[in-house]
Amino acid sequence: MAKRPAPGPLEYLRRWPLQLWLVGVGIFLYAPLVALMVFSFNDSRRNIVWQGFTLKYYEKALNNASLIEAFVNSLTIAAVSTFLSLILGALAALALWRFRFPGKTGFDGALALPIVAPEICLGVAMLVFFAKVLPWPQGLPWPMNLGAIIIAHVSFSFPFVAVVVRARMASFNRELEEAARDLGASEWRTLKDVILPHMTPSLVAGGFLAFTLSLDDFVITFFTSGPDTVTFPVKVYSMVRFSVTPEVNAASTILIVLTVVLTAIALKVQGDPASTAGGHAALDRPKDRP
Amino acid sequence: MEQHWKSAKGLFSAVLGPPLFWLVLFFMIPMGIVWLYSFGENRGLTEIALTGTFSNYLRAFDPLYLKIFVKSVGIAGLTTLICLVIGFPVALAITFAPAKAKTWLLLAVMLPFWTNLLIRTYALIAVLRTEGYVNQSLEWLWNGLDAVVGVLGVGALGPFQPLELLHNNFAVVLGLVYVHLPFMVLPLYSALDRLDTSLIEASLDLGAGHLRTLLVIVAPLALPGIASGVVITFIPALGSYLTPDLLGGPDSQMIANIIERQFKRANDWPFGAALSFLLMYMTFIAIALQAMLSRRRREPA
Repeated sequence: MAKRPAPGPLEYLRRWPLQLWLVGVGIFLYAPLVALMVFSFNDSRRNIVWQGFTLKYYEKALNNASLIEAFVNSLTIAAVSTFLSLILGALAALALWRFRFPGKTGFDGALALPIVAPEICLGVAMLVFFAKVLPWPQGLPWPMNLGAIIIAHVSFSFPFVAVVVRARMASFNRELEEAARDLGASEWRTLKDVILPHMTPSLVAGGFLAFTLSLDDFVITFFTSGPDTVTFPVKVYSMVRFSVTPEVNAASTILIVLTVVLTAIALKVQGDPASTAGGHAALDRPKDRP
Repeated sequence: MEQHWKSAKGLFSAVLGPPLFWLVLFFMIPMGIVWLYSFGENRGLTEIALTGTFSNYLRAFDPLYLKIFVKSVGIAGLTTLICLVIGFPVALAITFAPAKAKTWLLLAVMLPFWTNLLIRTYALIAVLRTEGYVNQSLEWLWNGLDAVVGVLGVGALGPFQPLELLHNNFAVVLGLVYVHLPFMVLPLYSALDRLDTSLIEASLDLGAGHLRTLLVIVAPLALPGIASGVVITFIPALGSYLTPDLLGGPDSQMIANIIERQFKRANDWPFGAALSFLLMYMTFIAIALQAMLSRRRREPA
């Protein structure tokens, strides 16, 4: 078999120092997560030495009523806030794309504020708001008791959706809309049959972004949640403060798997990440995690 | 062509109304109240009098708090620098990778970023703590070495002393780098990807080495991307709460931890409000610097 030709001048991926570097970064990024997942199956409470395979910590985590409740709360909040963020974000993007109006620059700038403001600032603002201006009634039936958290999540999510949708609308050929109008379609019909189909990929991407942001958020939720509205990150936080336990490993593994599955679905729908990575980078919310 | 709002008032207000309403009521007003409180004083347990005082801001310049501000900027700066050093070669490799490998590498960088922050921080705790994976592996190696030394009859090494890896500044910087690396790699990649490769090839053809080409050709051309990567990494690192809270020790508190304490434990909202707006202003300054830099780069071209 012929030897592969020497790497070309720009084939950095085929040079060993860079390969070594990539492997090192890969280990740095993934080893802690992989270890966490592997040891959720380890049949030993304290020791990190492998003692045999077990699912008992999954059983424990799944029988932990407060953990399950927190998980259901998180998914509910994420679903509702994604729905509201999609509507508000798409409308904001449409307004900025379609119209000239006084104060447009101001609205555009204000819309960027929730994206760049540090999470802690938004968190304390929500704490003050729900303490002084709009005290959320205690003891409301589920899911109404999650209202304050949902409102807070929509406030930081919908500007992200607006940015994604607006970037997509920039590639819309306005002549298509004019053609539809010329052919007798009403304003509403044009919106539904011409503009919306063009917008759809960005709604999928924006929805995915809003859902992950909501599911991931700890700081802002921490400042808006009460004793009876605990979300998954807040619950894990209180467990982690206490000690490192295999149940937390098990619960975390479930969430990691969920994230991977969601990512895979989003990519299937959306296509190549290489084409969207630049967009995501520009959008990355300064998050406390990130 | 954009439509003037007056030509379709109904549609315009239906489209702009809801997001504007939400933004004002659930973002601008809460922020505005915090801003007002930063000029207020505590009266009693829950009363805050808006007296227009600057004492809360002055108090932030007390050496005790000034030290925390300086330390936060230092930690965030160090994090950003390490992310840049680690991330640049990664971005470079991704840029010039074949299409299929590119997709997978980008995915590999983004996946941890989509994983819950709390879980990633927890994973690091499990690695770093006294009975964590690092110390357990070291102990195993130490004991092995100890046995070898014992067999050779040189003397014993003594009992294993675990390394203190958690609850200190080292753990905070490590945690912040771990969490923020994707923030640096993605903007760097999107800047490098737009680069004209013929310039790099020309430089290599004309005899410059790889390192020289990187420093003299690639880095200046990618400067706007580097600047945006730096800002995108620096801002969340500066305002981070969870990482110093869980990985840091008593002396690794950052601004966000002090703000949280004012609101949740010390119950000094006016001071907390002033601190949180100082953090906001620092964020704005960082963004303004980056905008200025990228504009200056664009003008001469």
